[in-house]
Amino acid sequence: MAFPFFRKKGSLIKTRVLIIGGGATGTGLARDLALRGVHCVLVEQGDINAGASGANHGLLHSGARYVSKDPEAARECRDESIILKQTASHCIEDTGGLFVAVEGDDEKFIADFPGYCSHCGISFREMDIKEARSLEPALSKNIIAAFEVADASIDPFKLVLENITQARKLGSTFIRNTKVVGFKKRKGHINTVNLVNVQTGEDLLIEADHVVNASGAWAGEIAALAGDPIDMIYSKGSLLITHSRITGRVVNRLRPPSDADILVPGGTVSIIGTTSARVDALDDIRPTAAEVDLIVDEGTAMLPGLESMRYIRVYSGVRPLIGTQTGEDDRYVSRGFDLVDHSGKGIENFVTITGGKLTTYRLMAEQTADLVCHRLGVTAPCRTQTELLPSAHAWKWTVPGIPSKEWLKDHKPDDFLLCECEMVPRSALDSIISAMGEHKKQLDLTTIGKRSRIGKGACQGSLCSIRVLVYLYDKGHLQSDQGVPHLRKFLNERWKGQRVLLWDMPLIQSELKEAIHCGFLSLEI
Amino acid sequence: MSHPEPIQCDLMIIGTGMAGMAAALFAANRGLSTVQAGVSSEVIYASGYMDLLGVHPIEDQKLWDNPWAGIEAMAREIPNHPYALMEMEDINTALEEFISFFHENGIPYQRKMAENVEVMTPVGKTRPTYFVPQSMWAGVEAMKAQHRCLLVDFQRMQGFSARQIAEVIGNKWPNVRPARIRFPEGDKLTELYPEWMARKMESPIIREKLARIIHPLLEDARVLGLPAILGMTRTKEVVEDFANRVGVPVFEIPTIPPAVPGLRLKETYEQYISGKGVRLLFPKRIGQVQQEPDGAFLLTVEDTVSNDRVRSRGILLASGRFLGGGLHAGRKRIEETLFDLPVFQPAARSEWHREDFFDPRGHPINRAGLEIDDTFRPLDISGQPAFPNLFAAGSILAHQDWMRMKCGSGLAIATAYAAVNAFVKQRVDKDLQA
Repeated sequence: MAFPFFRKKGSLIKTRVLIIGGGATGTGLARDLALRGVHCVLVEQGDINAGASGANHGLLHSGARYVSKDPEAARECRDESIILKQTASHCIEDTGGLFVAVEGDDEKFIADFPGYCSHCGISFREMDIKEARSLEPALSKNIIAAFEVADASIDPFKLVLENITQARKLGSTFIRNTKVVGFKKRKGHINTVNLVNVQTGEDLLIEADHVVNASGAWAGEIAALAGDPIDMIYSKGSLLITHSRITGRVVNRLRPPSDADILVPGGTVSIIGTTSARVDALDDIRPTAAEVDLIVDEGTAMLPGLESMRYIRVYSGVRPLIGTQTGEDDRYVSRGFDLVDHSGKGIENFVTITGGKLTTYRLMAEQTADLVCHRLGVTAPCRTQTELLPSAHAWKWTVPGIPSKEWLKDHKPDDFLLCECEMVPRSALDSIISAMGEHKKQLDLTTIGKRSRIGKGACQGSLCSIRVLVYLYDKGHLQSDQGVPHLRKFLNERWKGQRVLLWDMPLIQSELKEAIHCGFLSLEI
Repeated sequence: MSHPEPIQCDLMIIGTGMAGMAAALFAANRGLSTVQAGVSSEVIYASGYMDLLGVHPIEDQKLWDNPWAGIEAMAREIPNHPYALMEMEDINTALEEFISFFHENGIPYQRKMAENVEVMTPVGKTRPTYFVPQSMWAGVEAMKAQHRCLLVDFQRMQGFSARQIAEVIGNKWPNVRPARIRFPEGDKLTELYPEWMARKMESPIIREKLARIIHPLLEDARVLGLPAILGMTRTKEVVEDFANRVGVPVFEIPTIPPAVPGLRLKETYEQYISGKGVRLLFPKRIGQVQQEPDGAFLLTVEDTVSNDRVRSRGILLASGRFLGGGLHAGRKRIEETLFDLPVFQPAARSEWHREDFFDPRGHPINRAGLEIDDTFRPLDISGQPAFPNLFAAGSILAHQDWMRMKCGSGLAIATAYAAVNAFVKQRVDKDLQA
């Protein structure tokens, strides 16, 4: 297929818009532009959702969380959550949400909360404590106030896969594992962007009419590379995934934003978080044992069952916040987003979109696309406010609980399970591999893991990793001894999220995993 | 069935893994009346290979061709490693006594006295080990001689790919040719399990059918490799007969545990150890332990339907680590589960594991465990033996990392030997005094 503005010539790609960053904003923008007939190339240094888009609560905010400190962000959340519930309903579980206060929480804040909500136009209902506890029996006996709001749960992986799938169907290109290393400018105009494939070391040159920096927490680095630095604050937050789902609804602690005060259910699990800690660098962000203990100890006030709960994973993300504030808590830096037009600083075809949150990703994409289209002389209006996000089933194997339902419902007699914990069959791998299209060449376990439940079950990937590796060899996707480093990388990637959660049963599992992979297979040597 | 009167014994072995099996065997061979109890069958996770010592120091990943030289170096450099409490000769005697039990009962082993050998794993990577099941030995020799090899795997059997092994091992042993075949009478099953196949292979009819499938594929191959499915308890006979039928030596590669080689050890052990007078109470968990005025222990041993009581003159704790249930980790600290013995451990949970799962230095938690005196008695907080007649052996002991050091079986067997002998000596000394 040939497009007038897109042709591959050696290592040079020409496109109208180059988007840097494969998170929610970047993929949302790719879809928005594609729907306006503007084809683009989206580049990502890792894989989809490698940054904050893949390391958040998966909470579709009603806006109530921000009513006290950030009314503008609250209203954006309110409007966007309504749009997304209509246009991307298959990525959302409309759970509803509660705000609850426990004994000892600030009574003034509780009393002011309804007023804050009304001021921002956020609908809420004060709920009898008895009713709240009968709806959510996991809530503590010590709750003293409860309000119902319109929070929901959203699957960021499903969402992002659907966005990029539609953008690609409309002709745009997605390039993974490829990092921006330089910009070639002439007279205040970016002519070409230099990139390098982080796996193969191959160079790539992209010539674009316009460049969008949607790299989240990395936006400062990219902007600096282009010659117009932005000050960023890196605020690390950690979250825990429970082994089973604790509540039907989102549960927020009714107090000014603090540690471990939001629990979001999704599929068969719940996610509790977060923490907030300033970090200086983006490399190697890892959760700590102290953060895990803080989340468990704090969360227990609202939900006592968290104390004895089994946790399957912990992860950290970095909130991309613009600014140089030095306040004590980064949660008070505005959660609004920033669209930075660098034309004022002498780069006429470069914008940065960062900050914000998952709930407002679509609005961020829309406003960015409006600006870019204006520059390019494209008059087609934004369509993502009303047009449904098609369901391409690219996400089917990522959602907790869905693979097992699919398997129990129906499977071919010659199919069998590669992952028994999460019930991912061989046929799932086939469909993931075929959906990857041109990316097949860069197939490894970690890539498969990102697109399925493989490695996310109770066995921590000990057995399914080996079975998937066998399958990849048998199908000819792997040669020589390259599978061994793949296996190590995959297990180490999962390890990041397990290391500080290893007590009780998960420690037993990890000991078995180490006995197999080190004791027996000797992969450490 | 519940016993109103407690079962009387000299030594109660707690644990059913490699150390527990070895301890019960050694105790029985020394004429002690022995009871063994425990819940899990950790031994089903055994690969079949028995390591003595492969790597030391682990942070340098130094591999030892001669494990005995490695032990000598380790005893010098890690003086609190359990091996350092033993004479080399005793370690060897322990291994021989243990191995000969399996040899006599249909699971022969091979070794080179002063040499580790290179063996295959199911992902294709090789590793050093010491004792190798006879059924896997032809592979060791064929790899060394670089013989042409046909390696087969089976349709509908998971987790084992001849193609993968041939690809991964290719640099070391280029003459391995993979082939995927069907297993006789396996066509009606959706998935083939190695255990089922191993039991099928005990039938000469199946062996003949399989030999006929393989024969035309052999071509110039001088040796045949298969996943570990060559019989369950009569492996020696199955391997010899099957090699005759295909006309070349055959060898097995262990599959991912829990698998046939571990099951073989478990079934063979359970079948023949009773003949030595060991009374097996498992799967059962230890309920309560108390000490009688005369120093003997009174234990309740339970499962869901019955309780047994055992009165023993001594206890040998071979209850393993976390998987075995000998140790338990809470969010704050690690505990020994039966006597609440002090556990040597890192200061905080944040130090239990390293950031790299494959860190060559190993995870500090792996060195956690019971500290013992030179007669293998666990110490209390004052540094004295917690009980005069309580002994410990195997992976529950501190200051070792069997997974990185490649010393799991050797450690289990040798320390069981030392602990049982220490108990026997204590009895004899007592009798002499009396």
